[in-house]
Amino acid sequence: MKKIDGNYPALRLGILGAAVIFIVIGLMRREMLEVLGKAVKICLECIGIG
Amino acid sequence: MSGMHRNWISRQRFIQLAAAVLFNGYAAGFQKGRIFTGNSKGICVPVLNCYSCPGALGACPIGSLQTALGGIRRHFPFYVLGMLMLFGVALGRVICGLLCPFGLVQDLLYKIPFWKKKVPEKIDRPARHVKYVILLVMVCILPAFMVTETGITPPYFCKYICPAGTLGGGIPHLMANPQLRQAAGALFGWKTLVLILIAAAGMVIPRPFCRYLCPLGAFYSVFNRFSFYQMHLDLDRCTGCKTCEQVCPMAVEAAKDSNSPECIRCGRCKNVCPAHAISSGFSYKQTADRQA
Repeated sequence: MKKIDGNYPALRLGILGAAVIFIVIGLMRREMLEVLGKAVKICLECIGIG
Repeated sequence: MSGMHRNWISRQRFIQLAAAVLFNGYAAGFQKGRIFTGNSKGICVPVLNCYSCPGALGACPIGSLQTALGGIRRHFPFYVLGMLMLFGVALGRVICGLLCPFGLVQDLLYKIPFWKKKVPEKIDRPARHVKYVILLVMVCILPAFMVTETGITPPYFCKYICPAGTLGGGIPHLMANPQLRQAAGALFGWKTLVLILIAAAGMVIPRPFCRYLCPLGAFYSVFNRFSFYQMHLDLDRCTGCKTCEQVCPMAVEAAKDSNSPECIRCGRCKNVCPAHAISSGFSYKQTADRQA
């Protein structure tokens, strides 16, 4: 991997690609709906009640 | 404070306020004590912004991560992790410096005229590692491996620490809902105490939560060195005057390590530098500047 003065262009592109792949896999597994399901209800634990 | 620095601070405040309003734009929620239930709640925001805040239009990535790891389905969090990696590799900790509403709260607290203190290095340096421990233990390991009778593990960080949840979610809901006020007990007392301690610390030292406790900042810090948004230091111009270090809220030695994992990229160093040696921006390839 070529390092240019503290920047890692290949690594940065690799992580960007991995992030996009992860998001696509997550969407295919309907994980977004799980996030939505949690976020549309008041999380009593998160706000310190339950 | 120079005029240029003052201008930058007001520009930073404008961006922070705009981001806070953008992420918490459901004004009716505060009035009615309800939360937004639209589809945008399925999208993670890049900042620590409780999804139970009455104004929240998106989902908190740290809360969502704990839900994926410790919820009924218990799975590898591809979607949330992908979103976090995307935000991290694009911006690094500029999210902490310019976009996070709880960062804005801490910046405003530090402006209150009060006793100011520089944390001794022998305390500051090891204490900065606490946020990584919180990320690993409370956000990842405990939700993933702690099995409860119900099969659902509580979001430990949100439940016991997160001051953004208490401030943005707990307090507004308790003000608007008498029933919730009756249900508030020892846990809310604990979380309020955590919030008060962090707020008190925020009046004495800049950004204590970002420095020592925030798991989201810990995650983004990993990306600071190779994110698309980078700080650049021109060593030919740098005179070593250390003016940048004096204004840095995170006590980063910008002249030594301009893309330190601790740098929140608030841009104050850039704007006080008398030699204009520090710049920042998006880049795929290295700019002509020499780097520290």
